[in-house]
Amino acid sequence: MSLLLEISNNALAITATLTGILLVVAATVIAKLISPKSYSEKKAETFECGIPTRGESMIQFHAGYYIFAILFLIFDVETVFLFPWAVVARSLGTGSLLCIGIFMVILILGLAYAWKKGALRWK
Amino acid sequence: MFDFGKWTSAFNELLLGCMPEWLAVVIECVIIGVLVLGAYTVLALFYILYERKLCAWFQCRLGPMRVGKWGLLQVFADMFKILIKEIISLKGTDKFLFKLAPYLVITSSVVMLACLPWGNGLQIINYNIGIFFITAVSSIGVLGILLAGWSSNNKYTLIGAMRSGAQMVSYEISLGLAILAIVVFAGTMNIQELVEQQNHAWFIFSGHIPAIIAFLIYIIAATAETNRGPFDLPEAEHELVAGYHTEYSGITFGFYYLAEYLNLFIVSGVASLMFLGGWMPLHIPGWEAFNNIMNYIPSIVWFLGKSFFISFIIIWFKWTFPRVRIDQLLAFEWKYLMPVALANLILMAVFVALGWHF
Repeated sequence: MSLLLEISNNALAITATLTGILLVVAATVIAKLISPKSYSEKKAETFECGIPTRGESMIQFHAGYYIFAILFLIFDVETVFLFPWAVVARSLGTGSLLCIGIFMVILILGLAYAWKKGALRWK
Repeated sequence: MFDFGKWTSAFNELLLGCMPEWLAVVIECVIIGVLVLGAYTVLALFYILYERKLCAWFQCRLGPMRVGKWGLLQVFADMFKILIKEIISLKGTDKFLFKLAPYLVITSSVVMLACLPWGNGLQIINYNIGIFFITAVSSIGVLGILLAGWSSNNKYTLIGAMRSGAQMVSYEISLGLAILAIVVFAGTMNIQELVEQQNHAWFIFSGHIPAIIAFLIYIIAATAETNRGPFDLPEAEHELVAGYHTEYSGITFGFYYLAEYLNLFIVSGVASLMFLGGWMPLHIPGWEAFNNIMNYIPSIVWFLGKSFFISFIIIWFKWTFPRVRIDQLLAFEWKYLMPVALANLILMAVFVALGWHF
């Protein structure tokens, strides 16, 4: 239940999502109605400091981004696992601290391995 | 404290008294949508002026002064100007993804805005996993930026989007871990309960050392998360023209502009909620007279005041530090910020288990 009114949270989340979509649609429609329209070959080209684009634009990019994306995946999933523990950490007491400590040590070892392998170095 | 919930429940009963329940719910949802839309626009306009004035004052300039008194009407002129600009259709773009990207960016910021506690009883979405929901929705915005850069068929936008993607996903971990430290301390993810728990003292005071470290980590990560300040690599204007939104024109560019300012407000709002008590006034245990005086200031003023103050700090960063390089940016996150955030989380867990907090 929401605080504000007696509407379910899911209905409110859907309302907010629809509001966001409506904002984009409404602003685009207004802008289309009142803005000028013209087309020319040159204007439709992509911006590249005044010279024509060479070759394909959707090209291969630096592999370093990919390595960081994989690392992110590991640690983000870890955060997802930690959230349920975090909520009940206070009531579980010291025993759970040891368990979660082991979990974190394994992860930190993973980070140390990636670090040693040079995955964190930008080449 | 005045409870805005009284007004809303009175209004709810008024509606229920004269119409069937489903119609009342529909009308309330429409009113909430209009309110959120209004808040979104007003905040975006306010933030544009706020940042322009602040950055002018940091550089000993006056900022916009011509339109209206002290340039107060400048943002309205800007908004009108951006609406009457032509939306250029380009060759070679991925049309569907190019049009989809602004929807993702705007929608994620609107949903996050609806989760914030504006005042006592003034909160729209109140999931019991509230703060987790905010972090989950915030990562949808990254998708919009990546799609915008990829679909534009431009090398600058592609580089901007990749930088932005790498930066935002990396700093999201520190952001999550800083929030997690406070969740460990509070024992709840519900936003309303988080605020109410700060009744006797804000978390930054009652959690002392680990909470202060978490706050610092949060502010740094939030600056990177909103692509601002020394971390504005995705939009590095003298390298990448304008980064991922180079090819957007007119109002489609305006969406990114709006979402950027709203994200600044949202991260400030979450910081004030997690560390500075949300709408809770400054209470000092034992000082009853002081606490009562503080209660006279409306809760919405407290929330907005704290959020604007944190935004001020984040804007201040931008004019103080030079922009970092991509390797420095990633090394800073993975070699310093994240290990510190992890250690801080363990420290907080130990403090909570041993009861070393106020």
